[in-house]
Amino acid sequence: MTKALNTYRSGADENGHFGIYGGRYVAETLMPLILAVDEAYQAAKADPAFQTELDGYLKHFVGRPSPLYYARRLTEHLGGAKIYFKREDLNHTGAHKVNSCMGQILLAQRMGKTRIIAETGAGQHGVATATVCARFGLKCVIYMGQTDIERQAPNVFRMKLLGAEVKSVTSGSATLKDAMNDAMRDWVANVEDTYYLIGTVAGPHPYPSMVRDFQTVIGNETREQILELEGRLPDSLVACIGGGSNAMGLFHPFLDDPDVRIVGVEAAGDGIQTGRHAASMTGGRPGVLHGNRMYLLQTDDGQVTEAHSISAGLDYPGVGPEHSWLKDTGRVEYVPITDAEAIAAFQETTRLEGIIPALESAHAVAQVIKLAPTLPRDHVMVVNMSGRGDKDVNTVARELGVDMGGPL
Amino acid sequence: METATVNTVATTSRTGRLQTRFAALKAEGRAGLVTYIMAGDPDREASQAILNGLPAAGADVIELGMPFSDPMADGPTIEAAGHRALAAGQTLQGTLNMLARFRETDTETPVVLMGYFNPIHNRGVERFAADAAAAGADGLIIVDMPPEEAPELTGALNAQGLHLIMLTAPTTDAARLSVVLSHAGGFVYYVSIAGVTGTRSADEAQVAEAVARLRQQTDLPIAVGFGIRTPEQAAGIARVADAAVVGSALVERIAKGEDALAYVSALADGVRGARA
Repeated sequence: MTKALNTYRSGADENGHFGIYGGRYVAETLMPLILAVDEAYQAAKADPAFQTELDGYLKHFVGRPSPLYYARRLTEHLGGAKIYFKREDLNHTGAHKVNSCMGQILLAQRMGKTRIIAETGAGQHGVATATVCARFGLKCVIYMGQTDIERQAPNVFRMKLLGAEVKSVTSGSATLKDAMNDAMRDWVANVEDTYYLIGTVAGPHPYPSMVRDFQTVIGNETREQILELEGRLPDSLVACIGGGSNAMGLFHPFLDDPDVRIVGVEAAGDGIQTGRHAASMTGGRPGVLHGNRMYLLQTDDGQVTEAHSISAGLDYPGVGPEHSWLKDTGRVEYVPITDAEAIAAFQETTRLEGIIPALESAHAVAQVIKLAPTLPRDHVMVVNMSGRGDKDVNTVARELGVDMGGPL
Repeated sequence: METATVNTVATTSRTGRLQTRFAALKAEGRAGLVTYIMAGDPDREASQAILNGLPAAGADVIELGMPFSDPMADGPTIEAAGHRALAAGQTLQGTLNMLARFRETDTETPVVLMGYFNPIHNRGVERFAADAAAAGADGLIIVDMPPEEAPELTGALNAQGLHLIMLTAPTTDAARLSVVLSHAGGFVYYVSIAGVTGTRSADEAQVAEAVARLRQQTDLPIAVGFGIRTPEQAAGIARVADAAVVGSALVERIAKGEDALAYVSALADGVRGARA
């Protein structure tokens, strides 16, 4: 796995494997459904009308292309690499999640499904799913851990406004992994009319490949935009990783450009050494959960452990199979960023650029803050501003000891 | 070579346990009762006592659940049982030890280990298969292991003479069924509803139809599970299938501290009287 490959962009194979990762580890009841999704997706992918329809919605409903923005003050402040933000935070609904939701909702309709279910962590995927369901008039049920419901109250209310039913999940750690368990249980019990709209590049095949395909609009646009702005490809890319969909969307179109350094940022929570983190690649090992083999946080006895991150969107004990494979091949570097580093980056981005980043995206910026000063001024770096941070202001206020109910 | 010979002998004897039991049931002209309990629930000692008491109470085949933190195909009852067992300190080795202790007094009753793939993957497939066989297991049900992924396991299981018991579901169509059955051993487990364990119950006529379809494609015994809660329902299944599986309803009684073995006896009476 260490030798250079001709291409890093050919996976997954027809059974959904990226090297040893990926696959379809689900109960037999679900297998026919997953095969049907795969078949429908392959047909849609081969149908130019599908892409044309999707492009239309991405332009007029989502607001694409998103800008590639030169972060001048952050660049000057850090005194090194020239930093660009890919502004996925400016998408309708405020994050990259809607890219894949739009693709999948069109697919669900092609399949004749009338009821959509989804899991959500930070609530961004739930909001994006509820949004496209409202747009197309489909019934929407969102599974969300009770812990996340408490820390992402504004998003919960948004989903309800959009007509979705938000189901609280109280089992396990009551976060994203548990929400995904319950969504799968729902699917198994509602096989006829329901489409499971997975929010990240994980889960059983074809989801990791399909969600990636829908998210590569990020990297494809970036490529075109940076060529226009700089006349060349970037020297490095940085993005945060929970399940890994925003990162995969940015990275994938650049995987076969060996001069582009690619860095994925995992959530280190209180620090890797404390055990309270969500860095599955730094602190986990290969395992099987939610239908795929991937890097997984687990005990010595193979029980999945709870992840910890201030960012609800990164609070997941696994990571997509393609990222797992890219780690083993060495093509992408994966590094950890703690809660404290992310909060500092959140404040710095807000004050220097007038952009409030999602706490997830703030992890990526925190890595930029570490890297950029060590690099020359002609080094062009693109960081994925995967979402906006309005949803996180309560969390950050609490961390900073500010009482939102009292005088600010 | 000596190891290989030992394995062959062991294989024959273990292959025998499920086959012998289902052949005996056929000779008696009745269906079997398969009971599921979660190993280590509510704690090791209580769970061991229930396990050891199951054959006398009327269980013909035992499914011993291996607890997992994220049991995606199970309903709240089995999920809670797994979490109780883990909280009480149950480990994969602990489950194998329970089985080995059971085998000290019972060498006849087939025992199938049932759970999810990650703990097995974590231990290493070959090591797990060897340890499970040594502990006295006859087969394995891995809920999240469809036939597409089964090849990574079947070699190790075959080498140890362990059956991989495959699940089929109402969603499994005819074309797919032959793929599933090509990996099946021991018996076929028909999941009678599209859903998770312990939620709703299947219609007897639909089950009869599904079992008839399965019989056209396999000679293996057919056990039917999911949603069987009463002796009457168990009897209904026993009229059309080779065995009825009861899990959640039994686990629920263990959770409430009720007399689980008395309930198993009532189920066994239902199953045994079904075709009378």
